[in-house]
Amino acid sequence: MKQTSTIAALLLAGAAALTLASSAGAQTAQPAVKPDPALVEKYVKATFGKAPPEWQARIEPDETLKVCNQYRNEPPSAEADKIVKRELAKVVFPADGKLIGDWKEGAKIANNGRGGQFSDDEKTVSGGNCYACHQMEAAELSFGTLGPSLTNYGKDRKYDPDEVKQAFTKIYDSQAVVACSNMPRFGANKVLTEKQIIDLVAFLFDPQSPVNK
Amino acid sequence: MKRTALGWALGAAAICASVALTIGIVRAQDAEKEIERYRAMISDPMSNPGFLAVDRGEALWSEKRGTKNVSLESCDLGLGAGKLEGAYAQLPRYFVDADRVMDLEQRLLWCMQNVQGFDTKDVVARRFSGPGRASDMEDLVAFIANKSSGMKIDLPLKHPKELEMAAVGEALFYRRGGVMDFSCATCHADEGKRIRLQGLPNFSKPGKQPQETMGSWPTYRVSQGALRTMQHRLWDCFRQQRWPVPEYGSDAITALTVFLNKQAMGGEINVPSIKR
Repeated sequence: MKQTSTIAALLLAGAAALTLASSAGAQTAQPAVKPDPALVEKYVKATFGKAPPEWQARIEPDETLKVCNQYRNEPPSAEADKIVKRELAKVVFPADGKLIGDWKEGAKIANNGRGGQFSDDEKTVSGGNCYACHQMEAAELSFGTLGPSLTNYGKDRKYDPDEVKQAFTKIYDSQAVVACSNMPRFGANKVLTEKQIIDLVAFLFDPQSPVNK
Repeated sequence: MKRTALGWALGAAAICASVALTIGIVRAQDAEKEIERYRAMISDPMSNPGFLAVDRGEALWSEKRGTKNVSLESCDLGLGAGKLEGAYAQLPRYFVDADRVMDLEQRLLWCMQNVQGFDTKDVVARRFSGPGRASDMEDLVAFIANKSSGMKIDLPLKHPKELEMAAVGEALFYRRGGVMDFSCATCHADEGKRIRLQGLPNFSKPGKQPQETMGSWPTYRVSQGALRTMQHRLWDCFRQQRWPVPEYGSDAITALTVFLNKQAMGGEINVPSIKR
């Protein structure tokens, strides 16, 4: 306890000196130990400052992630509403209105965890890596548990078109549905293409897809 | 005789492998148990190639190098010049002479430069070993960390800069970024989660999980055929997080290590361990 309060005192002093109202307003939801954001950025620069500029830009938190980081993914409801509104504006629905693609392609994308790593060739096509976090078709045993099981996803929702739209939205930008969701914003962050996303929606919603078998 | 024993071992391994294959249809929980069994099978210290790195590191520690033609034996790792026993258990820590908080690898580089007058460019280029490329850093860390085996993680966490490191490390742990919006906490802040079949330790609170993890690095990675340090582990985490390449021996890595070791305080060190 003594240690915690010492650190808090030290860091709050630093924060007060360097920042103004920005951190003060959020005090109640903060953990006891919270260093000045400028200090954290100094560390980030020390470690990632030699990376190519486009790579450094990727770890520059946008308006949404700033809030998620500040509240450790549990923003107050007013902030959460702002995030959902902001992210929803980023979702681009297919011009032809077709939200369900090819489930066989979707199955491949769900299994593919490649892309986006500094060890990857720039030309690597990114996968969705859905199985890293979700159970999907029942026959696949190697699935992660960070996200909920999606087995029988379409069947359980009676293939409802509103649910299809919601699933497209969720994959395109998870935070357009749940503020500070742990799930990547695949479309908004340009990890997956529109075609890949509708193929994944098909993997979830096509009655022929093994997800619904 | 030896050959027979080896043949036996290979036969047993083949049987294990075929058993593992035939039960391919079992449920995920059973698959997880199989992985546990595999881990238990490889964690035999007598056959851990990580101890070869310990031996190589011992030789490097006493080798005279640099413009001053001296060994590292007068390097102070925090407990006094040349004192190795228990030094790793208290790292990272603040060093007055460098006016910095350093982990073991940063400190070794500092000693090479300042004690030995040794140009570290080549050593840094070989920071991670690869096929046909030995790493002095991996070997030295294996040797020095092994001198803390059986001891408990015990960071000083008294100097303001050490406290700053712990607090910044915690903030970095929760800082999201990269094209996937991942932070360390995305995978390591909840109980009983896994990626595919890989179990994920929860580092968000102090206790057994961080203790067991931090107490088992450096480790010999069977899949990589190499002794790996925490610098490499975090480099690999950032790769999987889709972050940029982190600079070796830099402050954010050290800050995260301080935070993780803070969560792991009191954990027993047993290194080099062996992992998948």
